[in-house]
Amino acid sequence: MTGAPAPPPVAEDTIVRFPRGIRLHHDRVRDQWVIQAPERAFIADPIAAEILQLVDGTRPLAAIIDLLAERFSAPRPVIARDVLDMVAGLARRQVLAT
Amino acid sequence: MTPAVPPPMSLLAELTHRCPLQCPYCSNPLALDGREGELGTGDWLRVLDQAAELGVLQVHFSGGEPMARRDLPELVRHAASLGLYSNLITSGVLLTEATLAQLAKAGLDHVQLSFQDVDTAPAETMGGMPGAQQKKLAAARMVVAEGMPLTANFVIHRGNAGRVGRMLDLAVELGARRAEIAHTQYYGWGLANRAALMPSRAQLAEATRAVEDARARLSGVLAIDYVTPDYYADQPKPCMGGWGRRFVNISPSGHVLPCHAAETIGGVPIPDIRTDSLAAIWADSPLFRLFRGTDWMPEPCRGCALREQDWGGCRCQALALLGDAAATDPVCTRSPDHARISEILADLPQTPPPLVYRRYGNAPTGE
Repeated sequence: MTGAPAPPPVAEDTIVRFPRGIRLHHDRVRDQWVIQAPERAFIADPIAAEILQLVDGTRPLAAIIDLLAERFSAPRPVIARDVLDMVAGLARRQVLAT
Repeated sequence: MTPAVPPPMSLLAELTHRCPLQCPYCSNPLALDGREGELGTGDWLRVLDQAAELGVLQVHFSGGEPMARRDLPELVRHAASLGLYSNLITSGVLLTEATLAQLAKAGLDHVQLSFQDVDTAPAETMGGMPGAQQKKLAAARMVVAEGMPLTANFVIHRGNAGRVGRMLDLAVELGARRAEIAHTQYYGWGLANRAALMPSRAQLAEATRAVEDARARLSGVLAIDYVTPDYYADQPKPCMGGWGRRFVNISPSGHVLPCHAAETIGGVPIPDIRTDSLAAIWADSPLFRLFRGTDWMPEPCRGCALREQDWGGCRCQALALLGDAAATDPVCTRSPDHARISEILADLPQTPPPLVYRRYGNAPTGE
């Protein structure tokens, strides 16, 4: 049994999407964003929620980083590190696909 | 006034107790609901409305075999329209290309498909349905081909505990991204068949090793959930994440329960969705309030540092094993009745007794 390869490393030109069975959902009752996944729901913290709302399956991560750096008037390298780290972690957990 | 009760996260919708399989480890109650008493489509549509409004995020359509209900696609469609994440917990034996296409179109998010074993003969002995294994394999392949995420579920007992590694290989081969290796939980039919199903401590260790090996070799390929038989644990499981905290279960006939075994708890009325709202039942019914939080706890739970981690363990297990639903779960080594567990394990027979199959009219008496 060899299985599928591990997910490729995440870089600024990576385009990510939610695989089928995973979606970002605004929980009105608790006023929070949650990641809905098979038999699990994770709370997306406010930073994750900002990033994940920009995941549309067409934007490369660089574009998401640009948008967030502008929206929050924050240094791009800081935003870039947050986005790449978080996306890599979620890809490992099968929450995002590359 | 007590503070507002946080709403449930998940609804377990047990649409029917009817099932083509007869697995002796089934956690359904011994007193199975008949078709004539089942909630109608309109009742379930209303339940879904109320669940979404209350704050439920995920609905698990279960049973029995939920695909025995013809209105399943309609219920899934309604759940999807409300933003609820829908999960189908199925044996797969009734799945066809046509029904899968209907469910996918309705917005079904995920399928959990049960297997009784990796090998056909023991699988079909356990399920009591000749031909089931081929149907299940075909169903799994259909789900994956459709592009829907699939979890393969295997229930473990003394007869199959040595085949866990091969079960996980099968899950990968079928294209599942998740697998559940769930040791039998001893409620309902599972409890009635405990002497025939409980693995030895050595078998449990072997199964656990197989899961750990697979987690290492299948990292990034297959996520594995592992549920152990708590009789061998030192600490009880946080049953349902705590009574009336995260889950609400609705039985085929409309009983609203903190867990699927809670109808065994006597002394309080069983709430009914046909006569009360889900919100009122969740917040105020005597059954949901009975063991919510920590105020009900006896010692040693009350003064225990883990009381908000394990919530005193399982109420139905305390009732089944000690006759007192308000006792500390005897699985806990701190329980004054922990010796009851050791006795049960010490008394397991060398040769398993015959299986009592789960079917209408077959419940043992006196249990």
